[in-house]
Amino acid sequence: MPEPISRASHLSVIEAGVKPPAVALHDVVLERRGKALVDGLTLSLSTSGTTVLMGPNGAGKSLTLRLMAGLIAPDEGRVRWNGVETTPSQSVALVFQKPVLLRRSVRANLKHALKTYGVSRIERPRRLEKLLEMGELENLADRPARVLSGGEQQRVALVRALAARPKLLLLDEPTASLDPQATAAIESLIRMAAQNGAKIVLVTHDRGQAQRLADEIVFLNHGQVAEVTPAQRFFDAPQSQEGRDYLDGHLLL
Amino acid sequence: MQDFGAAFGEAFALIAGLDAGLMEIIGLSMRVTFSAVLIACVIGLPLGAVLAVGRFPGRHILVVLVSALMGLPPVVVGLAVYLMLSAAGPLGVLQLLYTPTAMIIAQAILVTPIIASLTRQVIDDLHGEYDELLRSMGANRVGMIATLLWDARYSLLTAALAGLGRALAEVGAVMIVGGNINHVTRVMTTAIALETSKGALALALGLGIILVGLSILVNAGLMGLRKSAERLAYA
Repeated sequence: MPEPISRASHLSVIEAGVKPPAVALHDVVLERRGKALVDGLTLSLSTSGTTVLMGPNGAGKSLTLRLMAGLIAPDEGRVRWNGVETTPSQSVALVFQKPVLLRRSVRANLKHALKTYGVSRIERPRRLEKLLEMGELENLADRPARVLSGGEQQRVALVRALAARPKLLLLDEPTASLDPQATAAIESLIRMAAQNGAKIVLVTHDRGQAQRLADEIVFLNHGQVAEVTPAQRFFDAPQSQEGRDYLDGHLLL
Repeated sequence: MQDFGAAFGEAFALIAGLDAGLMEIIGLSMRVTFSAVLIACVIGLPLGAVLAVGRFPGRHILVVLVSALMGLPPVVVGLAVYLMLSAAGPLGVLQLLYTPTAMIIAQAILVTPIIASLTRQVIDDLHGEYDELLRSMGANRVGMIATLLWDARYSLLTAALAGLGRALAEVGAVMIVGGNINHVTRVMTTAIALETSKGALALALGLGIILVGLSILVNAGLMGLRKSAERLAYA
């Protein structure tokens, strides 16, 4: 069913004359207990490439990601996906830092995802095998998902997100508690998704990971965008004082 | 005490000999109890899940109400079902009074709130864990409830067990709507009550031993299932 396009967003697309951004936040405010955790955040992300959200704890990275997933609605401001204000849940996928896997086998987890994402019954077995292969999960397919190692669980979670064939893939510190080998496996899956045309938005504190994966860095501080800079330039010469302090290892208060 | 010892001896003889009358009573008890619990699960599981996941006006009152109904006095339920099914009652034409069906209805009414209320608690916990994931996947309410019920299946065994325990031990309601008619509606609990009052302590005791034994057996089986599920991180 086609989503209705509000007039305002329709106009802005025509005016710009280009593809609308994959996701755009406009003057977004999110308050919890009287405190603005996201405080007038404006950010617009193109439909391809990998954007890495960096910033100190409490900068609002995870909340921004959840706003982009449509999981929470802003108290003020707007979030738009491809210029439209409805959450396109089938084309946006979110991977959490701590994977939430169903109390089922790996195979059943992926089957459930394919079904939830509306993949036809006939197509499911073929897609399922491809996903297992992609995540190198064939040998683990019939194991209960929740007894797997942390790295294996995150691989299942990521492959499950890819079951949606997302146009926008949101990752919240997916390798924060993983060893280097498991991290490499996750990163290669992320690269594969990016090559297949998905827009990647990744939250990470791992500078090496950001350098390996990012096309651009969005640096957040105090619930606002401090800077948006191409990745290489950010690490050579961050544009904002906050970014410089962060890279120098200063405490941001 | 001699009487007591003799009663025990006779009870074991009846059990060991697979006494036909005894088997008939046990069979009916099982049929009524399991049918009632099955019906209560069919209604109570989705009801409990909806109460846990749903957001609608009056939900809070409903939660309190269902919880309070867990303590429904069986004789009151028996009386209510009796009035409904009696010849002058609204469902009198069905002629169900003093049939096993009437007993199943009464017990299902008693057990449904127990299963619904325990289900709500179990699903509420799991919902807290799954909510963001399922919403991010774009799952609708029905899909969400189905996923939660399936993933909580081993935890929900406890809810079913509680219902089973209540139904198996219940005497007041089935006595009123069943009438304790020999070969028709006599179940273990009503038989125990009758035989005790008649002074036939051996039969009463034999039934009592079997009732407790069955209860232990069913519980042990389901608990074993749950333990192995937990080991595999399915629960």
